[in-house]
Amino acid sequence: MKKNKKKNWNDYIWIMSAVYMILGFVNIMFAWLGLICFLVPLGISLVKGKKSYCNHFCGRGQMFDVLGNKLKLSRQKDIPAFLRSNWFRYGFLTFFMIMFANMVFMTYLVFAGSGSLKEVVTLIWTIKMPWDWAYNGAASSPWIAQFAFGFYGMMLTSTVLGLVTMALYKPRSWCVYCPMGTMTQGICKIKDAA
Amino acid sequence: MATTNIKSKRIAEVMEKGCVACGSCMNVCPRDAITVPKGIIAVVDNDKCIGCGLCKKACPASVIEIKPRPEA
Ligand code: SF4
Ligand code: SF4
Ligand code: SF4
Repeated sequence: MKKNKKKNWNDYIWIMSAVYMILGFVNIMFAWLGLICFLVPLGISLVKGKKSYCNHFCGRGQMFDVLGNKLKLSRQKDIPAFLRSNWFRYGFLTFFMIMFANMVFMTYLVFAGSGSLKEVVTLIWTIKMPWDWAYNGAASSPWIAQFAFGFYGMMLTSTVLGLVTMALYKPRSWCVYCPMGTMTQGICKIKDAA
Repeated sequence: MATTNIKSKRIAEVMEKGCVACGSCMNVCPRDAITVPKGIIAVVDNDKCIGCGLCKKACPASVIEIKPRPEA
């Protein structure tokens, strides 16, 4: 929240993040747009060695800020030490990447014809929610839809986890263990050491 | 923003371990005194900092402390 500061265009990216989450309920194919939030931060950290994405352009971080500070939905408590320890942060990143790879593999199976399209969104890697109402069968190939369902599940899961820690601790607590944040910081560290 | 010549008694200090470089601090700082130059750790510009503590309140990793300004 920039109390004493002039608002810039990039202070409103949180609206896009909120719209993105809603669009997934309308048509799952919009999930593909979420790749932007993976490729842009990685690109910036690899090329510039900075976390400009987190610092200026991440709509998700802003969304938690708006919910926690403006709407006062956060308890504003310190995060438990173990959640900000390196083993948890890098452990969660590793887990997240494994689940990402698993999701890509599922997409591959559908692509290769040995798996069938599952119109479900998986929450917290366990709860399978029927999601057929957000898909009209319009994808030219089933794997394109499979990826959308899988990817949206990851986005929804991280949003839910982020909302929980936003409410329990500081608004942007998700940023402490956000896989993208950990990964881009790691890249910056490697770049700086090199 | 111009900095004043009168220095505050207290300033922010980022603890070395645990900063996640998220930039929450720099987004609330009224003096642009705290930045994340290399995406690794936040850095305080002692000349600009007025020790207001807004960054400490915003930091999700709780790694900012408001401490007495070191003697120049
Ligand atoms: S840590 Fe994650 S949620 Fe936070 S600003 Fe960076 S990319 Fe966004
Ligand atoms: S808010 Fe805290 S964790 Fe985030 S960059 Fe500033 S000092 Fe580091
Ligand atoms: S104490 Fe206030 S002036 Fe100093 S870095 Fe933090 S927010 Fe900025």
